[in-house]
Formats: sequence, C-alpha cells, structure tokens
Amino acid sequence: MEMEILLGAVAKTLFIILVAVGAFAPVITWVERKQSALMQDRIGANRADIAGITVLGLLHPLADVIKLLTKEDVVPIGANRFLHLIAPLIAAIPVIASFGVIPFGGIYQFGDSTWNLVVADLDWGILYVFAIASVATYGTVIAGWASNNNWSLLGSLRASAQMISYEVTMGLSIVGLFMVFQTLRLTDMGLAQDDSFRLLGFLERFGWWDPLPAWLGWLQLPNWGLFLQPLGFVMFLTCVMAENKRPPFDLPEAESELVAGYFTEYSGMRFGLFYMSEFIEVVVIAALTTALFLGGWAIPFLPQATLIGAITPVFGVGFATGLCMVLHVLTFFLKVIVMIWLQMQIRWTLPRPRYDQVMDLCWKVMLPLSLANIFVTGLVILLIQGARS
Amino acid sequence: MSAPELFFYGAGALAVVSALGMVLNVRNTVAAAMSLVVTMIALAVVYVVLEAHLVAALQIMVYAGAIVVVFLFVVMLLNLRSDAFAPPRQRLLKAAGAALSVGIAAAFLSLMPASLPTMRDVPDGFGGYRAVGAELFTRFVLPFEITSLLILAAVVGAVVLAKRRLD
Repeated sequence: MEMEILLGAVAKTLFIILVAVGAFAPVITWVERKQSALMQDRIGANRADIAGITVLGLLHPLADVIKLLTKEDVVPIGANRFLHLIAPLIAAIPVIASFGVIPFGGIYQFGDSTWNLVVADLDWGILYVFAIASVATYGTVIAGWASNNNWSLLGSLRASAQMISYEVTMGLSIVGLFMVFQTLRLTDMGLAQDDSFRLLGFLERFGWWDPLPAWLGWLQLPNWGLFLQPLGFVMFLTCVMAENKRPPFDLPEAESELVAGYFTEYSGMRFGLFYMSEFIEVVVIAALTTALFLGGWAIPFLPQATLIGAITPVFGVGFATGLCMVLHVLTFFLKVIVMIWLQMQIRWTLPRPRYDQVMDLCWKVMLPLSLANIFVTGLVILLIQGARS
Repeated sequence: MSAPELFFYGAGALAVVSALGMVLNVRNTVAAAMSLVVTMIALAVVYVVLEAHLVAALQIMVYAGAIVVVFLFVVMLLNLRSDAFAPPRQRLLKAAGAALSVGIAAAFLSLMPASLPTMRDVPDGFGGYRAVGAELFTRFVLPFEITSLLILAAVVGAVVLAKRRLD
C-alpha cells in the first residue's frame, strides 16, 4: 500500500515536472519573444535553424540551452564563492517544489482504487505554497550579496523589501477565498468550484422574490473564485506577479538603473537558472491562480458527476471516468495557458513604476483593500447564513 | 526505523549542525543568518513529523521567510563585510567554551532515557489550522487579543523610532 502511494507520487511528480518545467517553460521563452515582437511590430525570433528548418523560431530555446551550458561560469573576485554558487539553486528549487500541492485534475474512482491527481494532498496546501514562496526570497537576496557588486547589492535590497511586502498582501488577499470555500486544501477548493450558482439566487434566499421565475434561474455562473472574489483575484495576481519580479515589477533587476540587478555577476547556466526559475514561476502562478480562482480542472456548467453519468451508458463507467480525467487535465492546462497569456500581456503592456510607487501600491492601496475585502466577505457570509436559518 | 522517525532524527541532526554553523560563523554575518534559516527549516520538518502542520507552516513563513530576511536586509544595508563583528582571537576562551559545551552536552546525554518513547497516534485534524484556530478563538482568546495589543505597541514604537521628528 505504501509502495503504491510512493509510486503514484513519483509518477505524478514526473508528469507535472515534465509538463511544467520540460514543456511549458522553454516554450514560454519563445512565446515571450514572439509576443514582444508582436507588441513592438517586429518579426521576432526566427533565425535559429537546423539545416534550414526554423519551425517558427521554436528552435531558439534549444539554442539558448546550448549557449548557456557552454558559456564560462564566472565567479567574481571577492565574491563569497559558496553562497554565489548555491544562490541560483535556492531561487529555483522552491519554485519547482510549489507544484507539489497544486492539483492538475480531480479525484477519480477506478473500481476500488482512487486517483487523486495531486502529488501531495495537504490539508494546509496553500500555506505550504506561501511557506515555500517565502524561502525563494533568499535566492535573490543571497545572489546579490554574494556577488560583491554594488549593483547586485542594490538589486537584492530592493528585492528583499519588495518580496516581503508583497508576501503580506498576497496572503491577506486570498483570506476571503478561504472564507468562501472554508478550506485551505487545494483539491477541496477545486471540488467546490466544480458547481455553479444562480446569479440571482440571493433574492430567493432573502425571501425578496420567492420563488424565483425559472428563466431567471438559468442565469448561472460557475462557482469560481474569480466570480466570488473578483477583488481578491486582481490583488492576488498583482502580488504574485510582484513576487516573481518580472516587469512591471522588475525593480530588483531594472536594467536601466542597476545593469541587471541581483544577477549582474552571473553567467552561463547559473544565470540560466535564474532566468528559467522566473519562467517556471510564471507557470506556477498560472497554475495556482487557476486552482484558486478559475475552477482548477472543472469544466464550467458540466460537473464531474453529470459528465460521467452522460458517458457511462454508452461506454461503461471505467472508460467514462478515464475520459473525464483526461478532459479535466486538458481543461486545467488550457486555463493555465490562458493565465500565462494574461501575464505575458501585462508584462509587455505596462511600464515599470518607480520603486516608491511599487511600495506605496502594496502598503497604502492593496493592504487596506485586502483587509476591507476580508471584512465585506465575512459580512456577506454572515448575512447569507442568517437568511438560511 | 520508520520513515517519520528517520525524518525526525535527520531533521533534528540538521538543526543542531546548522545551529552550530550559525554560532561558529562569527566572521560572516550573512552566512550565519543563512545557517539560522536552515535551522528554522529543519525545525519545521520536525514539527511536520510531530503532526503540528500549522506551526510548521508558520515557522517557515514567519521565521525563515520574514524575520531572517529582515535581518539580512539590515546586514546588507549596513554593508558589513567579514571581520566587522569578529572578536579578537582568544585561544584560552575558545578552549574553555568548547570544554563547557562538551560538558553540557554530556550532561544532557546522561539525562536522556535509555529508550525514547514511541510515537503516539493523535486524533484526526490534530495540529491543523482548524484545531489551532478553534482553540485560539475560544479558550485562549484573551491571551491572543493581549498579544495583538503587544504587537500594536511594538509597531507604534518602531514608527516612533524610525520617525524621530513627528511632523
């Protein structure tokens, strides 16, 4: 039994790493180039070729890897050698480890074995993500300090202040979501978002219009965090993007002010690790917002039981469950792609604010707003529960 | 030895070693702070093995993720290079300290029982955010609120210290 759990966990880990780190991250580097080209009216990456075949420039990630692996790995004079060498690892490992609790599919019953498509179904899942994310700060901070370079040091000073500040609002911005779903477990959140709710159902609940006409009952929305906590979604996305230090929040590596910020003194594959961990974090952010706010693996208006029930009479229950699982996993990654697109769009649309503006946004706008969001959410939940009894 | 025990002793040993690393790294403040982070994370692993999941998460989020980052922030802001805090080399004092440490360790080891108690099963949900939260807001609500007052006082104090001239 224990062996089975272990094998399952290893298989799921391999799957998520292969998809997210092996497939998504390299393709995103290409998408980023193509998108920037589109926004700036250029053609973009299209030169790398093997025997004249360019495949739309998709060979560029391969060329990148070869170049990064063969470049000299320089450690500057006066740098702290050990810390300089391990900083990229401290930055990259927590990002990859975050995938451990993000469910990429639901819970499926095959005969008497249950398939739960998440590596570790922790009861405190989202707290694990926060804990891991807070450790990732050290990669940046240590990289800047250990480089023995003032640009790097300034970059990591900025990074540490920015990341600590946004961690606070990141946590507070989704407390409303915990209150709505009454759980911190990401699979439970996904299951809760499988359903949908009537947009005007509250009229009936408060007894203002009882019973609601049937045609108004058709006005439904999926039970997604996006619709239940719209403000929470905007704030959470802002915070995680600030955590990721990509434009418009790239103050720690602002090239017009700090050369390259905390990774100025890095070259070769160690620079590549910083670079890749930012792109992997884009995928993590997309997966996390999908799991929290976009219904995870759920297909809108088509709950799992209905879907399996519809296919079972034709193909049998085993096939129906399997098909449902495949559809759910595909839905999840489709939503992840949409979220990645949104992040790319934001990254190439918005200019970089000044540093004090970034900090003001966090402490003077988002922190009060997130507290107000918690208060209003609590009030609404109390009112609805009061109306029920 | 079962898997939880393996993690318990492994993480415990790591915590002790990294704590030593922190104390012995007097010449490099940043390295000492990083050793402290490793200690915190090792302690969090111990908490997880002991089923105190919420405490483990908070241990990493608050101590490793926030407090030590602020330490590092200050160290880097002052831009202390090595030797800034280094005490003069005193061989005799060092030897005495080492002897004392060994003595204390021996005393502790002699106090330890021959066989450690086995792990006990805990009720479902023990140490999770639900159980801890329920206790915090019912039985311990008064200490909890008083702590928030303390924190408020600390915040006001920090603001006063940072802004010498209140305009």
